[in-house]
Formats: sequence, structure tokens, C-alpha cells
Amino acid sequence: MAAVPQLQRQFIEYTTSLYNEGYLDDQFTQLQKLQDESNPDFVAEVVSLFFEDSEKLLNNLATAIQQKSVDYKQVDSHVHQFKGSSSSIGAQRVTNVCVHFRNYCEEKNLDGCLRCLQQLKHEYILVRNKLEALFRLEQQILQAGGSIPMME
Amino acid sequence: MGVISISETPLHVLAVDDSNIDRKLIERLLKTFSYHVTAVDSGIKALEFLGLQDVENFQSFSPNPEEEVNLVITDYCMPGMTGFELLRKIKESKSLKDIPVVIMSSDNIPARINRCLEEGAEEFFLKPVRLSDVDKLKPYFSKNDRKTTDEEECVSSDRSRAMDDDDGGDVDGDGDDGVEAWSDENEQIEKDQSCHHKMFKIEDVVP
Repeated sequence: MAAVPQLQRQFIEYTTSLYNEGYLDDQFTQLQKLQDESNPDFVAEVVSLFFEDSEKLLNNLATAIQQKSVDYKQVDSHVHQFKGSSSSIGAQRVTNVCVHFRNYCEEKNLDGCLRCLQQLKHEYILVRNKLEALFRLEQQILQAGGSIPMME
Repeated sequence: MGVISISETPLHVLAVDDSNIDRKLIERLLKTFSYHVTAVDSGIKALEFLGLQDVENFQSFSPNPEEEVNLVITDYCMPGMTGFELLRKIKESKSLKDIPVVIMSSDNIPARINRCLEEGAEEFFLKPVRLSDVDKLKPYFSKNDRKTTDEEECVSSDRSRAMDDDDGGDVDGDGDDGVEAWSDENEQIEKDQSCHHKMFKIEDVVP
């Protein structure tokens, strides 16, 4: 089992890379600031809601886009929701895809929408994997008796 | 019937947002400032909480003095009733119009912001809302500064104090207080201004 300082260093490096590569933005830091002894699982709870919501929205989007006659307002409505929830947790790359997606909806551009849906799925899975890895690292630190470093 | 409280009861915020993530967030943010929070997921539920008696016709407000709300913070884009429509209903209601309302939106649309402020919103926050935004709420809170007994409309089920004009209360006994009807015309205006019409490209917007 790795020592606490090593794990903490890993955590800091990993978190920093997530910010540098644009997977997360400052909103994620804001979430972490809201976590304390009386709300020890706040970030995990919010992220968990995000995972649930996202999977539902991706399904709804796939259904809406596969209709014979696509209702772009409906598609846009789902993307708008997705944009909202991703931006609320700081999942920046997901939010950015949503912005482009909404533009294609306004143009009623089916090709563009299809491409964006693929991209959205891709970015969502990436950020989900990374957040899960981050939480695993946190658990390792806590189990080794250490504390999670605060990122500024 | 006004209860003047000089105790330390925490200020009560009614938060309205259809997104469960945003509801959780705003609740946590507000509780950081020790506010008492009630979070609901729709404008209709907000109006019901504020005392709306007749949901179908949006009539008859009877606010419960024990559940006094000192501020409403609402999302703009919600299915059914938008935050703007909720703001309107509150400002049109004699019993609720003094409650400060703050709007939140993920879209930075100047025309929307201005319309809300003109309709009586105190502030407009861009989402995601932060601690520094919630910190700005302090000056807006109303607390027990409702009108006195002489001026206020009937807020209890005892209609005998209702004034003999449109000051509220069911004066003619027909089941409504004749004030808050939601007309078809209003509905049309709101549909035109709803969130998913007139989509703006992000580039068109003030940076």
C-alpha cells in the first residue's frame, strides 16, 4: 500500500491534469469548497446525480434523434438540460459539446446533431471515468489514514 | 394579524429549480449562510407553498404566517411555468408582491435579464451560482415588513375582514377572490418568451 504523501501527490497531479486538459473547470473546485464535516459526501452525491441524469439524457437524445421526423426543439431541450447539469458540476468539455450541439439544433442540422451526440457520449464517458478514478484515489488516501489535499 | 418577530428565526428562502443537481447545489449554498431552505421543483409547487389555494385558476392566496418566505430564488427555464411567469405571479399578488425574487439562468441573454429586472426581480444570477452570488442576497431580504392590519388583505380563512373592493378575499362568495385570473393572452406572451423559442447563439451575446 502506497504511503500517504505519495498518494496525496498522485491526487494533486491527477487533479491538476484534469483541470489542465479541460475536463474540469473552476466549478468543480467550488463544489469541493462546499464539502465539509457536516456534508462529507457532498461532491460524490452531486456527481452521482450528474451520472444518473446524464445517462437518462443520453438515452432521451438517442430516441429523439432517431425519430423519422426529428423534433429539434425537443432535442435542444435535452441538450439544454445536459448543458446545465454539466456546467453545474464543472464538466467543461461536456458543456462545450452541448454548446455546439445547441447550434446544430437551431440550424436543424441532422448530421451536425448526430456527430455532437457521439461526441457528447464520448466526453461524458471520459469525464465519468476520470471522476471515478479521482474518487478511488481519494478513498485510498482516506483508507491509508491521510487527508485529501485542498486544491486552490 | 401581522406577527412582528424580533427573535433570531433564520431567514427562509424558497428555492425553485427543476434540475435536481441545481436544487441540491442552491440548497447547499444557501445553507452555508445559515438560511432555512425549502426547495421545490416547479413554479406551481412554489405558488402552492406560498399559499395558492386554487391551482387551476391561480386564484386565492392565503399565505401561512408560520411558513413565511423571506426570499424566492428561482431558475428561469423550467417546464410548465417559467421563472419569469412565477416572478410575475408573485409581483401581481397583493399578498406576495413584497417578497424579493431573484432569478437564475444558465443563458446570458441581456434582453431576458432586463425583462426580469423590469418585472421586479431584485437580481439575476448566471449559473452556475456561486457562494459570492449568494453572499449578495443579504440586502434583499424582507422580514415581517408586510403591511399592517389596516392595509393588508385578508390572509386567514376568515373572510369577514375582506374589504369591499378588489383588496382580496372572496367578497361575493363565488369561490374566487376576483384578482388572480391567468388569461389566455398572458399565456401567449409567455410562450413567445419561453426558454426554447428564439434561441440565441452564444456568440451573439455580450461576453
